[in-house]
Amino acid sequence: MTWILANLDLIAARTLAHLALSLPAIVLAFVLSLPLGWFAARYTWSRLGVLTAFGLLYAVPSLPLFIVLPTIIGVGVRDAANVVAALTLYGMALMVRATTDALVSVDPAIRLSATAMGYSGLSRFVTVELPLAGPVLLAGLRVVSVSTISLVTVSGLLGVNNLGLLFTDGFQRGILAEVLAGIGAVVLLALAVDGLLVLIGRAAMPWARAVRAR
Amino acid sequence: MISFKNVGKSYPDGTQAVRDFSLDMPSGQTTVLVGSSGCGKTTLLRMVNKMITPTSGSVWIDDDDVATLASVPLRRRIGYVMQNSGLLPHRRVIDNIATVPLLNGVPKAQAHSRARDLMDLVGLDPNMAARYPSQLSGGQQQRVGVARGLAADPNILLMDEPFGAVDPLVRADLQAELVRIQRELHKTIVFVTHDISEALALGDQIVILKKGAEIGQAASPQQVVAEPADQFVADFIGVGRRSLNLHLQPSASGYLVVDDSGRPTGRLAPGSLSAAGLPQLAAPDPSGRP
Repeated sequence: MTWILANLDLIAARTLAHLALSLPAIVLAFVLSLPLGWFAARYTWSRLGVLTAFGLLYAVPSLPLFIVLPTIIGVGVRDAANVVAALTLYGMALMVRATTDALVSVDPAIRLSATAMGYSGLSRFVTVELPLAGPVLLAGLRVVSVSTISLVTVSGLLGVNNLGLLFTDGFQRGILAEVLAGIGAVVLLALAVDGLLVLIGRAAMPWARAVRAR
Repeated sequence: MISFKNVGKSYPDGTQAVRDFSLDMPSGQTTVLVGSSGCGKTTLLRMVNKMITPTSGSVWIDDDDVATLASVPLRRRIGYVMQNSGLLPHRRVIDNIATVPLLNGVPKAQAHSRARDLMDLVGLDPNMAARYPSQLSGGQQQRVGVARGLAADPNILLMDEPFGAVDPLVRADLQAELVRIQRELHKTIVFVTHDISEALALGDQIVILKKGAEIGQAASPQQVVAEPADQFVADFIGVGRRSLNLHLQPSASGYLVVDDSGRPTGRLAPGSLSAAGLPQLAAPDPSGRP
């Protein structure tokens, strides 16, 4: 406890660095999964291939990926870009499937009705299908956000600044409080971002919580 | 007027949903396409707004071949009401009704005020404007569906079994409302149903369809009941079976109208015989014997 109180500045700085790595990865995974999920949902023949390919990404061990990826995209191992890129890939491994499932879950009768009203293809996707896929998309995004925030710590082994450094440093110097502080901060951060996502979901999708009057 | 000219629709797997269908649907009238499921009636309906394109023949709206019209603007000027309402679950009732005007770029305030007028027309409580579709009963949802179909003031209204999923009492209400609205608005309505009594209640022209959308008979409701074109039509409307073959049966309070199996379907209205120029019947024997 004394260690924690004496190092609050350090923990805060590591937390901010942690967020700076995980938030871009979460957002990128979400945005990049949309067209892929749309494609897999729209073209049934592609679904098995797309989902299997991205699902397999998750099987790639994270430490080697952090080391191999820089040689492919031409950045340094400790660059934030490297960490964000790797985490985005892991996020997409989960999110492409969630996006596909979310779009497939939209009632075909609603899609038909929107077409009959005179929605063009793109406006129908953006203003009807995407909002209706919202609850399932959100569920996927929550898993991605928790998983990403936890995975960032692995890059601490490489010396990248984030809460993971508290584990490695605490382990090497035998400071148990530092390790525990690192774990606690990661869990709290994951909970906070998850809670924020839930609140955003409620604000953006009031209809999903509308109770039946009958 | 909507004209079908030798329209056919076949699918790559060889099924022929529509073989060779030709019919005129006069403006300002209600044409009801009625038949069993799989007879192609919904296929025909969806050809009018290009949701389905025929593989042969052509569909005309006044002087335009539908095939030559762009589909999005065409659909926006044709009202569409479907079974289970097809309302957008994430939009409030008022926005659902205003869907097409909003798509057409009508300012929101104006579209909403129009939507409120329509809620009044279809008999919806103004308090429901801010609700979501899931918060309405099935009958209320269908009223919203009808209001939405009318929002852009289309000349043509396509209705695909709009009252099929509500209970019989509400259905009768909705049918009566539609008749009242149609008397006021004179739209060209194409109405699809498998329920012959609904067809008789709503149609100016009844089109009884066999498999492959072959026309069994296309005529006024009176004509269809009085002179069914063939055995198929007679069976379909029930004249050949029992439900529309009616008899008078005396009862304690006057004459009952019953079908062949003795099920009562109504009561002979006082004075109806003399109004038709027929002699009065003697008061029924309370014992139940004529």
